[in-house]
Amino acid sequence: MSVATASVRRGPSRAVAHPIRTLVIRRAALGIVTLLLVSVVVFLATEVLPGNAAFAVLGRSANPARLHSLERQLHLNRGLLDQYWTWLSGLFSGRLGDSLANGQPVWSLVEPRLVNSAVLVFLAGAIGTVIGVVLGAVAALRKDGWFDHVSSVAALAVTSLPEFVIAITLVIVFATNVWHLLPAVSLLPPGTYAWSQPKLLILPVATLVIVIVPYLFRMMRGAMIEALESDYVEMARLKGVPEWRVVFTHALPSAMAPTIQVIGLNFLYLAGGVVVVEYVFNYPGIGQGLVFAVGNRDIPVVQFIVLVLAAFYVLMNILTDVIALLASPRRRIPREP
Amino acid sequence: MTAAAQVPPAARAARGPVRRHQWLATLRTVIRTPRGAVGLALALSVTVLAAIGPAVAPQSPTALLTVPFAKPSGQFPLGSDFLGRDVLSRVLAGGWVLLLMAAAATALGIIVGATAGISAAYLRGWSDSLIMRTVDVILAFPQLVFALLLVSVIGPKLWLIVLAVGLSHAPQVARVLRSATLEISERDYVKAVELQGMRPTKVMRTEILPNLISPLMVETGLRLTYSIVIMAGLAFLGFGQQPPAANWGSMINENRIGLTLNPWAVIVPALLIALLTIGTNTFTDAVARVTIGVDRQPEEVALLDDLGLQEVK
Repeated sequence: MSVATASVRRGPSRAVAHPIRTLVIRRAALGIVTLLLVSVVVFLATEVLPGNAAFAVLGRSANPARLHSLERQLHLNRGLLDQYWTWLSGLFSGRLGDSLANGQPVWSLVEPRLVNSAVLVFLAGAIGTVIGVVLGAVAALRKDGWFDHVSSVAALAVTSLPEFVIAITLVIVFATNVWHLLPAVSLLPPGTYAWSQPKLLILPVATLVIVIVPYLFRMMRGAMIEALESDYVEMARLKGVPEWRVVFTHALPSAMAPTIQVIGLNFLYLAGGVVVVEYVFNYPGIGQGLVFAVGNRDIPVVQFIVLVLAAFYVLMNILTDVIALLASPRRRIPREP
Repeated sequence: MTAAAQVPPAARAARGPVRRHQWLATLRTVIRTPRGAVGLALALSVTVLAAIGPAVAPQSPTALLTVPFAKPSGQFPLGSDFLGRDVLSRVLAGGWVLLLMAAAATALGIIVGATAGISAAYLRGWSDSLIMRTVDVILAFPQLVFALLLVSVIGPKLWLIVLAVGLSHAPQVARVLRSATLEISERDYVKAVELQGMRPTKVMRTEILPNLISPLMVETGLRLTYSIVIMAGLAFLGFGQQPPAANWGSMINENRIGLTLNPWAVIVPALLIALLTIGTNTFTDAVARVTIGVDRQPEEVALLDDLGLQEVK
């Protein structure tokens, strides 16, 4: 930090704000604009597409009177901008409307699911990150050894597989045909919290971990190989720094920066992955909620869950970008003009 | 006159054949690598099975023939499904629509994404900003969720799924091709034809596009793999082909309640999807190694290029 400040002070770019602050602010502003546009897309997709929401819900049983009353419930009779504003301000004040499937408030339906999914994503993200980073670093240290080859091929194979194929394989191996150790599906009723039965978490978390580890592994391996071949590692070795210190204090930190950004990308896989994985294991989270809501054409619930998933990804991306900025010394220093 | 006509004919002739054969030569090299050969063999055998399957299926894939979840027997080599239909016939009949839809979505995603990415990089200015902000917005939706959003309003129509999956590919394709184009558009031969007054659309088509064959090949392979994954996933969730049609994705979901009775009704379709996607992805990896010469997936590299973090101004 002091290097950056000093060079700003003496450099000709005196008027320019501290580069990292500018970058962070720019990144955050861009993220917020993206979020607003995402909300517009969700809104337009559900309100403007042919056959509006009211018609979609009622389907063939639509008659003019019912259509009209549902249109009023969904505010479809008002102007587009007015509708969007009502919907958006409702989001911020917690008035999310009612589910069309059973008339309950959307928030009371989604809230316990949100908590359950957060538990799932957090556990999978944390465990997956540790495993991916460790495996990637080990493969890089033993580059072109047998472990490197086997794990690279395995990573390639696993990234090809759909989540539900991984999930079904785990079910076959651990819950039904081979061993009968774990429950194949959760029997938790919607509205309950998952940690009341931790055993139910094992297979869904394991599936998501398997989904994200290869991405982290590959990124970490690549970044670590690059770091180990760099001049400063060479320098450290020539100075006689012990190998473990070279790895842990010189190579590892600089390899982490790009990897942190891939962690951000991984939340995109997780946000998509929870949908299928929760459905497979009948896990009462927002992914399963989304599948049910799409099946019922429960538009208010679909709108809200899609928005939550997209917002989660955008926010995580801002966060990981900012962390990567802070973690990478080179990017903090302003370039001489 | 256009600039191309002013290039000496000999120079054009010398350049033409080299370009035309470049991707074929690349493919030939790829097939000789172990990964390329294995990937192609896997993908091709599943594709052939899916293509000729409907013609050779021994039974009707939708007829109720025996008890539910019957064990494999001489008449039903893979047993029966949850309604007592022949699993073998359903497996043979259940792949081609999935493959066609995946191919169509891939083509759509590549065409839209490449057009957007090349235009953004070459035209710069407000077109670039507009295209890349749009990319950011669509990228915020997980691909499956984007498709589900559209399906929730219009219903599980096959054309809609192809459209939704294709469009959700476009941003990632656009990012990769944008960063590749940025570099190419600075080259001297592009500057030369620009000075000769060639129209931007023609520069992009005749000078830039032929140099993007490598990233285009890699992207096509990647998007094809993801298309298959997402299409099968949607079918698994019940939003693909509707019953009673046979589809590998929906078969896995329909029959998993009978896993202990007749596991083959789940294992065989799951295995075919797995072999297919491993095949396309392994082949793509071989293409990436031959053309770009990196271990990393280009998408991750482009992502890092793209975040604006590399350049501190």
